[in-house]
Amino acid sequence: MESVDGAVRTLPSIGRLSRGLLFGGVHGRVGLSPSSRLLPPAPPSQENVDSQKTTFLLRKQWTLYSVTPLYRFSDTHLKDYARLLSAFIAAEKQKGLAVEIGVELGIKVAISSLPDLRGSDRDQAAILVQLSSRSPASPKNSEEKVIWSGWFCSVSGDDFSENVPEDFTCLPLFLANGAESYTSIVGSWFQKTFDCCFRRLAISPLNLSWMAAMWTGCKVDKTASAMELVFSVPHLPQPLDISYAIHPEDAKALWDTVQKTPGEITQEEVDVFMDCLYSHFHRHFKIRLSATKLVKVSTAIASAHCDGIIKFLQSQYLTGVLMLLTELAISQIQ
Amino acid sequence: MAVLRPFDKLPALNSAVLLLVSSDEGLQQKLAEAILREKKNFKINIHLATSLPLPSERDHLRPRIDMIVFMIDIKSKYSLKNVEASLAYVDASFFLGKVCFLVTGVGRVNCCSIEMNAIWKLGEIYSSPVLFCELEMEGIRVATAQRLLRMLQICAGHIPGVSALSFGSLMRSSAND
Repeated sequence: MESVDGAVRTLPSIGRLSRGLLFGGVHGRVGLSPSSRLLPPAPPSQENVDSQKTTFLLRKQWTLYSVTPLYRFSDTHLKDYARLLSAFIAAEKQKGLAVEIGVELGIKVAISSLPDLRGSDRDQAAILVQLSSRSPASPKNSEEKVIWSGWFCSVSGDDFSENVPEDFTCLPLFLANGAESYTSIVGSWFQKTFDCCFRRLAISPLNLSWMAAMWTGCKVDKTASAMELVFSVPHLPQPLDISYAIHPEDAKALWDTVQKTPGEITQEEVDVFMDCLYSHFHRHFKIRLSATKLVKVSTAIASAHCDGIIKFLQSQYLTGVLMLLTELAISQIQ
Repeated sequence: MAVLRPFDKLPALNSAVLLLVSSDEGLQQKLAEAILREKKNFKINIHLATSLPLPSERDHLRPRIDMIVFMIDIKSKYSLKNVEASLAYVDASFFLGKVCFLVTGVGRVNCCSIEMNAIWKLGEIYSSPVLFCELEMEGIRVATAQRLLRMLQICAGHIPGVSALSFGSLMRSSAND
């Protein structure tokens, strides 16, 4: 067996990303996970982030997908793509009838780029797709209402994107909010146009425990909400969920005793942290949480569900969370 | 201390004894039934335990154990902790080919609660083979049962010319490739 102990990721600000060993070692066998990760970068200064442009991403439930590289995608043609996609949606909506491109329709499509959402300059800028409708009663004056949105992004996924052929664009993570029927229509258009493949991205309990540990260590200004872990008990005739809420300061205090090197987290530290929480619970309730399945983690930073649903709560940690999700999406594609 | 030893009792004629250690009794039972259903020309005795040590009061009634299989479910971190704690009650000479780790739940990476490196490390530290399977699927369960049965035959000394130790080293060198 090869050792992956050397797999350490450096911060984007330091320069080159070294993740060469990240997917080595146990590659091709069952499951792959790096033995250590670096914390999400410290909150950048105010001038760097135009939080106005990303606040609309917060406090919404996003369903996660992994996307294989897009063939012949170019961000100079976003307007054309929007036109074609809107015609495609109209065609799907009224199957069998002829549609003319560019004609006013019930649903408006906007495709734009979100240049703030990336880890480094080598990442492709995120692409936002929004579907909005105007009420048919007063077509001219009424405000457009966004009914569905989805975005492609890649945060520090450049190690992967450097290894794909020239004509491909790597945006491995796709997040959707809105009716699933629109997700499938937009997904199938992208699939046909750019020869890519969408797959739901589930988060394993192991990765959820990583998130729990990583987010516990993050500093939040305001009085933070409680950290909550939800476990589901297997092999029962009726589903049983256990919710375990911890005061954020207690969780942080525990984490500070566990973490050795600031800025870096190892698998061992994550295990120790979770085992401490589990043994505390066992002492009080005589239930071994290690025998159950961790299904949901919510902290002040974000909340994540194992089915692949995420909610971002803090704009300054948005890219940090996206970095981890990009990594998970890439490992699902590979 | 009731440490399990491989050679402290005499073997019974034409029989082999397997010990299955698992915190999930349902899967353990299913695997045991699958092993018993296989055709064989010797008497097989399967002992089930959720953890070690085995109770010492019935020790004089227990036959010699030829092979121990530790079952780990990748969906349950507890199953790994349980195995790690149980390993302390196994004599070192058992690890000369008479122990194997059976990892189930493989292919359900989305439900994985255990870091795979931890399992590889376990196999390496105890120099014992790690087998991967999915016991919840009928076909794989049967194949796993046949595989374990064959290993048990070797461990019990029923195969002339192949010892548990030589078989173990053979498995290890092929796993390293």
